[in-house]
Amino acid sequence: MDSPLIVENLIKAYEGRVVVDGLSFTLERSECFGLLGPNGAGKTTTLRCCLGLTAPSSGSITLVGEPVPTRAREARERVGVVPQFDNLDPDFTAAENLLVHGRYFGIKDAVIRERIPGLLDFAGLAGKDDVAMRTLSGGMKRRLTLARALVNDPDLLILDEPTTGLDPQARHLIWDRLKKLLAAGKTILLTTHFMDEAERLCDRLAIVDAGKLIAVGPPRTLIAERIEPQVVEVYGEGAEAWAVAEAGRFSRRVEVSGETAFCYVADAVPLLAHLAERPQLKTLHRPANLEDVFLKLTGRELRD
Amino acid sequence: MTLQLSTRAFAVWRRNFLVWRKLAIPSLLGNLADPMIYLFGLGYGLGGLLPQVDGVSYIAFLAAGTVCASTMNAASFEALYSGFSRMHVQRTWEAIMNAPVSIDDVLAGECLWAAAKASLSGAAILVVIALLGFVSSPLALVALPAIFLTGLCFAALGLIVTALAPSYDFFMYYFTLFITPMVLLCGVFFPVDQLPPLVQAISTWLPLSLSVQLVRPLVFGEIPANPISSVGGLLLMTVVAFSIALHLTRRRLLK
Repeated sequence: MDSPLIVENLIKAYEGRVVVDGLSFTLERSECFGLLGPNGAGKTTTLRCCLGLTAPSSGSITLVGEPVPTRAREARERVGVVPQFDNLDPDFTAAENLLVHGRYFGIKDAVIRERIPGLLDFAGLAGKDDVAMRTLSGGMKRRLTLARALVNDPDLLILDEPTTGLDPQARHLIWDRLKKLLAAGKTILLTTHFMDEAERLCDRLAIVDAGKLIAVGPPRTLIAERIEPQVVEVYGEGAEAWAVAEAGRFSRRVEVSGETAFCYVADAVPLLAHLAERPQLKTLHRPANLEDVFLKLTGRELRD
Repeated sequence: MTLQLSTRAFAVWRRNFLVWRKLAIPSLLGNLADPMIYLFGLGYGLGGLLPQVDGVSYIAFLAAGTVCASTMNAASFEALYSGFSRMHVQRTWEAIMNAPVSIDDVLAGECLWAAAKASLSGAAILVVIALLGFVSSPLALVALPAIFLTGLCFAALGLIVTALAPSYDFFMYYFTLFITPMVLLCGVFFPVDQLPPLVQAISTWLPLSLSVQLVRPLVFGEIPANPISSVGGLLLMTVVAFSIALHLTRRRLLK
């Protein structure tokens, strides 16, 4: 099979407001590809276009070999979706949720019933066939939604912010399951605004801002190529004044956010020596990470 | 955009059926209680004061009209309140549309479901009034498809309102301005010829009138006066209403 998803020059505008602005990316088989961007970057709209749930203003999309939106329904036969908001059926038990969802794919009841124990087991919900939705925690609901997305044994799994709102334990469990799916050969497309999630899970990611793709590549490569290797965060009394007066002498780049100065450097030794003589300033020295890249590329102002 | 219908619409229908099955008995009793209270309250209370209406006792006259009115109510409630819950509150339609099911399938499944559920209400009342001796001929069985068509028409009309609704409160307008007047103007409680001529002329083409024109004669063992125009009118309204509902729902959800 060719690429599970090819997006070329995708543009989506609502009443003249451009939400997705010329996005192009191609997924490789069995990889985890992340769309990383601030709120309102157009991530969810991109996914909706890819699934054929809204028509692009222009551009072309090929989902599991089918042109979208013209043959979106055929394409969705081989895709599983975990939406951003819980939409499990509150009137059904866990097993019924899987059964009813399987019917939407035209799968025979007997076949779905055979798959249900394995799916619940995968979701860490073994034996919970008959539990009601209101008794499930947020993490359990997410896992059941993931199991539901697997009911048709899809080639491609699309997840929209799969761990938003979950506690750390629940997030780790979701990550563990997604890694298992990748190891089993599934392709995953996910959106997130969690840097650790993107860095941990994604083989490649695309940073999207205001509907435009501004960087794409493996997380390690993005960090190596797009930002200075070391960061020294300086805060405490007089940090802002110090940043204005002196930080530039020791840093390739300085950003001030709130009461903290972020000094991006290739070699931190001279800066740290200088700071050692100024005990009123507190410092944190660390390697640069994906969040630094993200903030450098998308800016520090709020996106509401 | 062309119609994208498939047999997956029945998967949507089955989803609703599975939910209903869990609460079938209370649901059916709930749907029966309200019309029965009206039927007996008005039928005996008011009926005692009245001579025969259109050649039958008042309660028998009212019973036939009640079948149509309850079918209308049940279809409307399902398409409005339950439909809105599934579309907007629970996001059930969104989950379905992530599978290989089109929005057209979802709406068709909902429409057929609301019609089926409403038919069950209408048929249950028909059974009760038959047991009470108000049904005079097996011809009443022919009323069943007419009841289903009534359900289908009001389900399609209701889905238009659901597609436009910002919240549940919006449905009050539909019931107050459309459903309730229809119960009074379409010959459920009294013959339409009691109304001023202008109102009569309007009433003739209201969907509930078309339904009453079909069902009441059948219950009393007579052939309806204009079966083709009544059936044709209901079918036409169903098709037009469903098309509008589909257009509005696509605009709302596929944007």
